[in-house]
Amino acid sequence: MKTTIIDYGAGNIQSILFALERLGYEATLSADASEIERSDKIIFPGVGEASTAMEKLKATGLHNLIPQLTQPVLGICLGMQLMCRYSEEGNTQGLNIFDVDVCKFSSILKVPQVGWNTVYDYKSELFQGISEKEYMYSVHSYYAPIVEETIACSQYGIPYSAALQKDNFYGVQFHPEKSSKMGARLLKNFLEL
Amino acid sequence: MLTKRIIPCLDIKNGRTVKGINFKGLRDAGDPIALAKLYAEQGADELVFLDISATEEQRSTLVHLVRETATQLDIPFTVGGGIKSVEDVELLLKNGADKVSINSAAVKRPELINELATKFGSQCIVVAIDAKQVEGDWKVHLVGGKVPTEISLWDWAKEVENRGAGEILFTSMDHDGTKNGFAQEALAKLNALVNIPVIASGGAGTIDHFTHVFKYGLSDAALAASVFHFKEIEIIELKQELKRQDIPVRL
Repeated sequence: MKTTIIDYGAGNIQSILFALERLGYEATLSADASEIERSDKIIFPGVGEASTAMEKLKATGLHNLIPQLTQPVLGICLGMQLMCRYSEEGNTQGLNIFDVDVCKFSSILKVPQVGWNTVYDYKSELFQGISEKEYMYSVHSYYAPIVEETIACSQYGIPYSAALQKDNFYGVQFHPEKSSKMGARLLKNFLEL
Repeated sequence: MLTKRIIPCLDIKNGRTVKGINFKGLRDAGDPIALAKLYAEQGADELVFLDISATEEQRSTLVHLVRETATQLDIPFTVGGGIKSVEDVELLLKNGADKVSINSAAVKRPELINELATKFGSQCIVVAIDAKQVEGDWKVHLVGGKVPTEISLWDWAKEVENRGAGEILFTSMDHDGTKNGFAQEALAKLNALVNIPVIASGGAGTIDHFTHVFKYGLSDAALAASVFHFKEIEIIELKQELKRQDIPVRL
């Protein structure tokens, strides 16, 4: 099996690579369209600021490629947010895979949300074997509200999408690569889809 | 529900843990990775590696350690100590550190915070602030509290937030090492003042101190070193007690 982590200069991809290695999976980092297309599984990471990350995607043409992929794709954190229609962060048009707009958390909360939050209401095989209300580690200032495509929820001030799915596209707001054993389980579930 | 974080801090010199850590069952108590993994298994929510190496040669050992830790640890970890530049941060993040903590370099050149936040995102930039009371006012101190400045803790905390820090790690030099409890009142004020998470540090001695730092100090996370290293407090017992006190923790 060939797993590729999209390397477009946005994010701590090393952590994801190491997490996959711990699971016994090899992955390659690549921004090359043909290599990504030839992969069985694709991970789309991202940290940092949305409009900057989107510019980087556009510079490599990956913004056209990603929505056309037919194999399982997992967006993590900002990767998930960029798969949405739009983000308030930097007034950014997203990849329009998930039919939802990303908003900023209310300023009455500490922003960014940093730490381990419970995830619940699973509606996907991505969460197979993960007990309800499991803790996952997140760091983010923006969130996707609950929509039709929500496959897991979390709450910070209000309920939001901890995970989204549409067809072969999956997105998680938290960092499975840093969420201990159950985060590893989620990655394993994705790789075994 | 977002939980309160418990963060053990490991002092690192030349790639080894220092401060006479006393752990039965660890073949090599000076091995930071073995200790980090043990803490992760015991329920630590994050770890901080504070590098106190004096020479550049020792610091290069740190990069190897960070990389090796990242391959094995499945919870977030922050690396701090002696970080001066965008290049320093890039090297640590590239090798798998989740966050970096900057202190003196930010006081000397506050623009560094903006540069780091822009390049790497606020989520991985922790600004550590050491402060103590001077004639009733909290003043920022440098070099582990040895060098006083005229900067007010409150002004500096607000400034680092505005410049793009993702979190503040506040150490009260008046409380650090005393085991008499955290600087609860200052923390409560700080937590009301800024809109980013605050990690409380300095003074942990008993489980009650942690309860108080969350209940009355309103902190988002608490960091400690010796109480964990010397097994005076077991993380699992600490978290069980916090839960009994209705403080949300990951158990």
